[in-house]
Amino acid sequence: MSQAVTPLLEVDNLKVNFHTPTGIVRAVRGLSFSLGRERLGIVGESGSGKSMTGRAILDLIPYPGEVLADRMLFRGEDLLTMPKATRRKLRGRRISMVMQDPKFSLNPVMTVGDQIAEAYRVHHKANAREARERTLTMLEAVQIREPERVYALYPHEVSGGMGQRVMIAMMLIAEPDILIADEPTSALDVTVQLQVLKILDDLVTSRSMGLIFISHDLHLVQSFCDRVIVMYGGKAMETMPASELADPSAMARRHPYTLGLLGCLPELGKPKGKLSTLTRDPEWLA
Amino acid sequence: MSAPAVIVDRLNVSFGSSHVVRDVSFEVAEGESYGIVGESGSGKSTVLRVLAGLNQEWGGAVTIFGKAQPKVRDKAFHRAVQMVFQDPYGSLHPKKTLDDALAEPLAIHGIGDAERRIARALSDVGLPSAFRYRYPHQLSGGQRQRVAIARALVLEPTLFLLDEPTSALDVSIQAEVLNLLQALRQERKLTYILVSHDLAVVGHMCERLMVMQHGQCVEEMSAATLSARKPETAYAQALLVASEGFRRQG
Repeated sequence: MSQAVTPLLEVDNLKVNFHTPTGIVRAVRGLSFSLGRERLGIVGESGSGKSMTGRAILDLIPYPGEVLADRMLFRGEDLLTMPKATRRKLRGRRISMVMQDPKFSLNPVMTVGDQIAEAYRVHHKANAREARERTLTMLEAVQIREPERVYALYPHEVSGGMGQRVMIAMMLIAEPDILIADEPTSALDVTVQLQVLKILDDLVTSRSMGLIFISHDLHLVQSFCDRVIVMYGGKAMETMPASELADPSAMARRHPYTLGLLGCLPELGKPKGKLSTLTRDPEWLA
Repeated sequence: MSAPAVIVDRLNVSFGSSHVVRDVSFEVAEGESYGIVGESGSGKSTVLRVLAGLNQEWGGAVTIFGKAQPKVRDKAFHRAVQMVFQDPYGSLHPKKTLDDALAEPLAIHGIGDAERRIARALSDVGLPSAFRYRYPHQLSGGQRQRVAIARALVLEPTLFLLDEPTSALDVSIQAEVLNLLQALRQERKLTYILVSHDLAVVGHMCERLMVMQHGQCVEEMSAATLSARKPETAYAQALLVASEGFRRQG
């Protein structure tokens, strides 16, 4: 990938603060990264600020949260200073997000097909028939075998894996430049998880989109992404090529937190009497 | 090794027209740790619920500690067999302090000396005694799961049924809880039956395991077979490959 092209997204010193009666909760504390047409993984434990980062990019941080940054550029356009209405137009059209659990993210009283068609018509001028056709093509693209039948199903009638594919179809139908996937497969069984990832991977690659893949699963991120940011307490501990996470010779360069995370995972074929537990150094957040 | 602690013979469970557990048989020796692995809907949790006496509609035979178990279990059974559930956020009463939560099983079984037993159970799971009068919402997920283990431990059971005990927890917390369970088993000579979807966790915790799919036992193997990645059936192989992460073709 050539670095001369403007990155899709540039974030400098991003901070997300929540003003609560008991003081300021700093969910993200000065995160900087840039995203090209690649798969960028953000890993961390709960409370590390990884989901808040995704939401901050989309301007989805609710009151009393505030988003501060020195710079936040989407293809050179300043996201921070642009009018709310312009930013709203980007959301869903140019940058969109797949959430963790289809059970809670889909509208329960609308068929999945109509929901996808609606997403298309919000962003494109199209009549109902065109939108329906686009939806059926999209359902096919996420490898749903009988798109006509699935179109008419309600969310409670589809399985978890199919629900997640419906979500992906809905987010990709507007053909965004950036897709943020927040734990898109954590609610799924391992075998289904791989099918969904494969679909996501094919679509992202064939449309040359930028993907931000948020996950708590180190193995998954390492095997799926190009680059990885390891977050802890709202800060990036380190950024590295994903391949280095599995490379024993690169371990000396790893941040102690990353090593800690890797060390506490039980592994097949490597019996460990006692799992090592993480010792957290307050200096990391200094 | 003495007589098996648990013998399950051709267990069948149906809910209405769906047959969720089909002819599942296995044995667990005393002091052994036995894993049950499978995807959602494979029937693994149902097997555990039958063993715990939570599910009273089943066919087949279940023998625990040499006693054939009726559908409705007696008090002595519930003292000897305890279960730890997946979600520590849902399995503790939000309006009861830890002290209440731990005192209740003792009161039910008419066991005296609650004061000392509660203090001991909390220290066994590594929680400071200052936590005793706290409510669940004041604890983190890992601490709550420790409370759930302490709640089970306070009755000094011999068989622990663990239903995905760490899948709601972060990896670093998971390591702490798994270490705790390992240490308790060694100290107390407990027998474990652990249900999980995570092959690595089962490989770490158990000596033998069973892979389930669509309510049936697909394969029974030793942990050594699992870590050598040599299961016999295609399904167990597929599960193993899937657990290793994403692979790009070409």
